[in-house]
Amino acid sequence: MTNVTAQTQPAAAELTGPAAEPDGPGTRARPGWRSLLPTMTPWLAIGLGLVIVITLFGILGPLLVGDPQRIRDQGLTGPSAQFWLGTTQTGQDVFAQLAFATRGSLEIGAIVGVIATALSGFFGIYGAYRGGVVDEAFSLFSNVALVIPGLPLIIVISGFVPRESRGLWTIALVLAVTSWAASARVLRAQTLSVRHRDYVAASRASGEKPWRVIVVEILPNLLPVIASQFVFAVIAAILGEAGLAFIGLGASNSSTLGTMLFYAQNGFALSLGAWWWFVPPGLMIALFGMGLSLINFSIDEIINPKLKNLRRHRRLAKRAARLERELTRRGAAQEADR
Amino acid sequence: MTTVHVTDLVKDYSIRSGLRRRRLRAVDHVSLDLVPGRTVALVGESGSGKSTIAKILTRMEKPTSGTVEVALDDGTPVRGPMYLRQVQMVFQDPFASLNPFHSIEHHIARPLLIHERTRTAAQTHERVLEMLERVNLTPAETIAPRRPHELSGGQRQRVAIARALAPGAQVLIADEPVSMLDVSIRLGVLNLLGRLQREDRLAVLYITHDLATARHFSDEIVVLYRGRVVERGPADAVILDPHHDYTKLLAQAAPDPERGPERVTAEAVIDRDAIDNSVCYDHFLGEWVQAGTPAARGARAGRAGQPA
Repeated sequence: MTNVTAQTQPAAAELTGPAAEPDGPGTRARPGWRSLLPTMTPWLAIGLGLVIVITLFGILGPLLVGDPQRIRDQGLTGPSAQFWLGTTQTGQDVFAQLAFATRGSLEIGAIVGVIATALSGFFGIYGAYRGGVVDEAFSLFSNVALVIPGLPLIIVISGFVPRESRGLWTIALVLAVTSWAASARVLRAQTLSVRHRDYVAASRASGEKPWRVIVVEILPNLLPVIASQFVFAVIAAILGEAGLAFIGLGASNSSTLGTMLFYAQNGFALSLGAWWWFVPPGLMIALFGMGLSLINFSIDEIINPKLKNLRRHRRLAKRAARLERELTRRGAAQEADR
Repeated sequence: MTTVHVTDLVKDYSIRSGLRRRRLRAVDHVSLDLVPGRTVALVGESGSGKSTIAKILTRMEKPTSGTVEVALDDGTPVRGPMYLRQVQMVFQDPFASLNPFHSIEHHIARPLLIHERTRTAAQTHERVLEMLERVNLTPAETIAPRRPHELSGGQRQRVAIARALAPGAQVLIADEPVSMLDVSIRLGVLNLLGRLQREDRLAVLYITHDLATARHFSDEIVVLYRGRVVERGPADAVILDPHHDYTKLLAQAAPDPERGPERVTAEAVIDRDAIDNSVCYDHFLGEWVQAGTPAARGARAGRAGQPA
């Protein structure tokens, strides 16, 4: 991945140059951040829609549903008007559980995303900017962190921490600490390339303080990369947590989609044919992951405008073909008139 | 008005190949003076140390030895954070020297704010427009909010010049300011630099490999070869009466319609490998001196006051 982004950089500069020329003079300037937004495509719309709907469900759902832990004597009933997604073996409302579990998973995803991005940003960008010994040390450290096998470490740590104190934050921290290194390496490579551009030298020559050079001059040029890494970290965290919870090493004090699957598995939902118990959490994970991935593909287009141009050219080609068809049709019609 | 005395500048880079380290001397005992209202052209091929000198002068690199003394008119030395207020640089590539993310206004406003030339936002905006108008970017109101990719190369270089002048710089290091521009707009940018220099009595170090523009836009020419000064003197004297083999080579390399196809053979006349950079012809003294050795104090004193 490091190689790919590094190589596409010059191509990006090449492509934005002439492509932007025609609408240059005359039009009002768009502020810098506008160029960072991906173009709205059907895929991006679907991705955003999924993510927004699921996030709203995670935020608002728990306020509207009843107690997910309440045990009733209507065990294992299918979806009905009273229980939209049926009940579990012990008569708990699956829909209510789904709402709380979604919230739990989103929390984990957000916490891990923020921590992992901050760690990778610090070790990747700051190290590369400082250079020298600091860079060597940070680079070595992220290489070490990179080869630590994530899941086994999580299992060991989770097994080591007593169940009572194994809360949401513990799991989130463990997931974050094992997942930042790859992003840090990519950011380091990108920063090394941006750091030697003339505009960074120019801002240093005009007396800009180092932190401002990093935050104001370098960081904006890395934003698409960071955004895409953040999105990826969130997906990875939700999946990782689900995996951990499924093998019974999840957070003890909160319910997530993973713990739901864990209880469904323990309650023999599959062999009892209680699909309403395990399909909703599984589908929720899949849909959220899909939504974030679709967003990520759109962010990729900003990093690598080649992709965007490909789409534009395909559209132009389609339009040209349509025009041509239209013309031949008209020509034929005229021919027929005569 | 600010004067710069560069004395015996040496810059070594250590090159690591495998386990071995090798020392490369990029700049070898270079001395030169920048005086208000005068342009010194630094001429030489790629790798001759021109840009290293520019980097040292703008404090992006530390010299291995030698001194850069900057003094105001009344003799007060310029030190610390004041230094970058006095000495600023125009970069070679206008497509790389402006941050694609930020507006033109940002590029000029930052130096203004860093060096506390303006305090309020309104004041800064007004000053930015003023600076843009000074470099002939009009209408300034519509240029300021634009981003670099919406401007042409020449316009971008004007922005870079405005940025360099924004802190109130009196010394301008122009590192091949027109070599990346279309031939048709080079003259415009050079004329602009000339006008700004006259208006502000700037001391300019014009780094180039183009002898023709060096002759027209500078008072003094310093020829650099492999890190050493091999010839120096008034612009016309160096161009019309080159003494050192390398300068002759440079002069011959410049296209001259009168010489016709003969110039193709110029390369053959002077053997590049035989060029000796241990001697330097000083047109001010009218004699050969040793290159790559500490400068004689006396020679400098005589030179600084000399008219072009």
